[in-house]
Amino acid sequence: MGKYIVKRILLMFLTLFIIMTICFILIKLLPLPAIREMGRDVNLILAKREQMGYNKPLLVQYYLFLKNLITNWDWGVGEQMYETLSVWNVLITKLPYTVMVNLYSILLAIPLGLIFGIYAALKKNRWQDHVVSTLVVLFISVPSYVYAFIVQYLFCYKLGWFPLTVESQEVAAFFSLRMIRSMMPAILALGFGVTAGLTRYTRAELSEVLTSEFMLLARTKGLTKAQATSRHALRNAMVVILPMIIGEFIGILGGSLIIEKIFAIPGVGSLYITAINVRDYNFFMALTVFYTFIGLASSIMIDISYGLIDPRIRMGSRK
Amino acid sequence: MNNDMNLPSFPKEKFQFAHKDDRIHDLRFETKPIGYFKDAWLRFRKNKSAVVAAVLILLLLLFAIIVPFVSNYDVTFRDGYYRTVLPKNPAFEFLGIWNGVNTHRESQAGYDYFRSIGIESKREVVKGVSDKRVDANGITYYTLKVDSYAKVGYVYVNLTPAEFRQMQDYQDETGIQVIYPLQESFRTNYVMGNMGANLWYKLQDPRSTSDGRALLDEDGNYIPNYMTTDNKEQAGYTSLRLENDNGGEDGNTWFVYGQRNQSGFKVRVDYYEYFKYQRGHEPTFLFGTNAYGQDIFTCLAAGARLSFLLAITVSFINFVLGAIYGAIAGYYGGRTDMTMERIADILASVPFIVAATLFQMHLARRIGVLGSLLFAFVLTGWVGMSSRVRMQFYRFKRQEYVLAARTLGANDRRIIMKHIFPNAIGTIITGSVLAIPGVIFTESMLSYLNIINLETSALTSIGTMLAAGQGYLSTFPHIITFPALFISILMISFNLFGNGLRDAFNPSLRGADE
Repeated sequence: MGKYIVKRILLMFLTLFIIMTICFILIKLLPLPAIREMGRDVNLILAKREQMGYNKPLLVQYYLFLKNLITNWDWGVGEQMYETLSVWNVLITKLPYTVMVNLYSILLAIPLGLIFGIYAALKKNRWQDHVVSTLVVLFISVPSYVYAFIVQYLFCYKLGWFPLTVESQEVAAFFSLRMIRSMMPAILALGFGVTAGLTRYTRAELSEVLTSEFMLLARTKGLTKAQATSRHALRNAMVVILPMIIGEFIGILGGSLIIEKIFAIPGVGSLYITAINVRDYNFFMALTVFYTFIGLASSIMIDISYGLIDPRIRMGSRK
Repeated sequence: MNNDMNLPSFPKEKFQFAHKDDRIHDLRFETKPIGYFKDAWLRFRKNKSAVVAAVLILLLLLFAIIVPFVSNYDVTFRDGYYRTVLPKNPAFEFLGIWNGVNTHRESQAGYDYFRSIGIESKREVVKGVSDKRVDANGITYYTLKVDSYAKVGYVYVNLTPAEFRQMQDYQDETGIQVIYPLQESFRTNYVMGNMGANLWYKLQDPRSTSDGRALLDEDGNYIPNYMTTDNKEQAGYTSLRLENDNGGEDGNTWFVYGQRNQSGFKVRVDYYEYFKYQRGHEPTFLFGTNAYGQDIFTCLAAGARLSFLLAITVSFINFVLGAIYGAIAGYYGGRTDMTMERIADILASVPFIVAATLFQMHLARRIGVLGSLLFAFVLTGWVGMSSRVRMQFYRFKRQEYVLAARTLGANDRRIIMKHIFPNAIGTIITGSVLAIPGVIFTESMLSYLNIINLETSALTSIGTMLAAGQGYLSTFPHIITFPALFISILMISFNLFGNGLRDAFNPSLRGADE
């Protein structure tokens, strides 16, 4: 197990390194953004670019980038936005917004998804199951931004329950009710899809486990249906469901670009969009690595957690 | 089995010799053979939701293909006056729905303004007053149902003499009043819409600080404020006149229908009739128009066509690439497989959004926005398909019938194409269909976020339309409703259809979710 984890993590960093290299080269091949001359000294900016090594050969630039990264954890500074601020520091200040919104939406979705899924599985092939399954197909298919529009129109404009945009951190603390209230529309819009996904997953897994023979054995031993379900079926279904939830938790760092845009959440997604709109390549590079890392990390976490949760699954053995 | 069973003894005569003169063979099947696809079709047909979804997809596809040809408008159409008008369908108008009416809250001046347009043009603008209240300051407020088409009213246009003549001929021919009299100039700041072209009545307060309320005579009628002249054929106007334009009391006071300027004539026209005169059909927008005055119905079809085209192309390319790659990796296995899997893994780990952005930045100028988007989709999209195919190949390549084929001298190519690939076809088709909604969604998301910009004068996409409607969500929700509804129905249909296909092709996977 330990060997497997180490192997996977090493492989992850290798993949990350390859993607980072390719992206670095592709980004550096792009023409540098034009200098906005208004109120600036062009020569100064050109000199700054020279000093940052922008005119050196690509591989030298990459060496410098890696050197700064490894020795100082320095991702460069903002050039077109957040000028002279460290990219990493800006990213860190944006991260909490993304994480909070997604965390709340997952915390909302997990219990709901589990409850609906378990209910549907227990009532399999009866009308309750059909209703839940139909709703799940609807909610899973409809894109998240459509929910966002509906939530915004209904709850923000018509009913006026929530403010239109998320409060800034200066006004309200992250865990204050006011902040949560202002994040509510985004949380709801994200929550629908996650809930539906989890419901479908739970229903599929649990209904499969419910038909297995050890359930019959449990009933023959004299357990009630509720006991058998909660002690045997649910635990076995969780082996598959839990990794998915864990994967979601890592994935929340990435956030949802579109939801952040619609509700004007000053999170990582907004940062990414602004960075590519104003062509700030340092931010673009850092966020590329960030997104790649999150994708890789969440898939590793899912794989590893399978092994941790259920020792019967032997990791790393060839199929 | 034991042989000591008490078999009844058969007498010898009962036995007969088998035919030796005939060839012994199986009887031909009386029924038609059921092949793989027929079998799948039989199963698919039973899945009602999937069939309904397939029909819906077909309808949406037809909508996307046909509408741009038959529509009165195209994507380049933009009307500066009919902006943000509401959906209207003449067939439903009498029911009071889908009639282009929306609710306004107006002061007395606004009420007078909208009502006046209806009186002059004889097309009701104010369809109803649902609420009238006086606030604490004694100001009256009305809640009105206003026809968003008729409220456009009148506009000033500049015509060349020839055009002016032509329009008069049109009036004479059809008997429809298009040109309306010009008004005396106001010295008021109160100007609502179309540069004051709609203010044909006298105001209570003619000063520049006027609050815009209309001056009514004792019968409660508006008092016209038309410009007058003693020359009946002023500006060469010889065509239809208003009813009350009968020369006045002295028989020599006529309304002015045109004013000479540098380019020709300044004329005040009824925009509804003018629109009909110019385009030959009534201004009716089934889904309304957006803030640029574009017909949403047509734009939606054009956007949908683009989405379909992109999605089907991407899905097809991914299908071909993935099938070839997966087949090679799965069939040869071993080191080849390892290497190919690593490459696929790395490509699959590139976040799509980053790939799309990079391709956009590098290639958009050279091969166009759509081309670079296509590349981005293909770069990572085929990996899923190839892993599916690879799995199928792993499953089937060790089976006895493949060994038999090899023993009979079939080469790799033949075994792959004839013996293993057909087994994977169900999975592949399902995968291709299920990939389509993903592409459509992603495309709409990227164009919504403006990471890709698909909007040109003759091109639009669903995401662009959503982005254009976002700012009007509170005031004109119809702009965003139709594209959102369209994409939702499309997504639901494709998912149901894809699930139906999967159940039909792989009954063993029924109910399992990917």
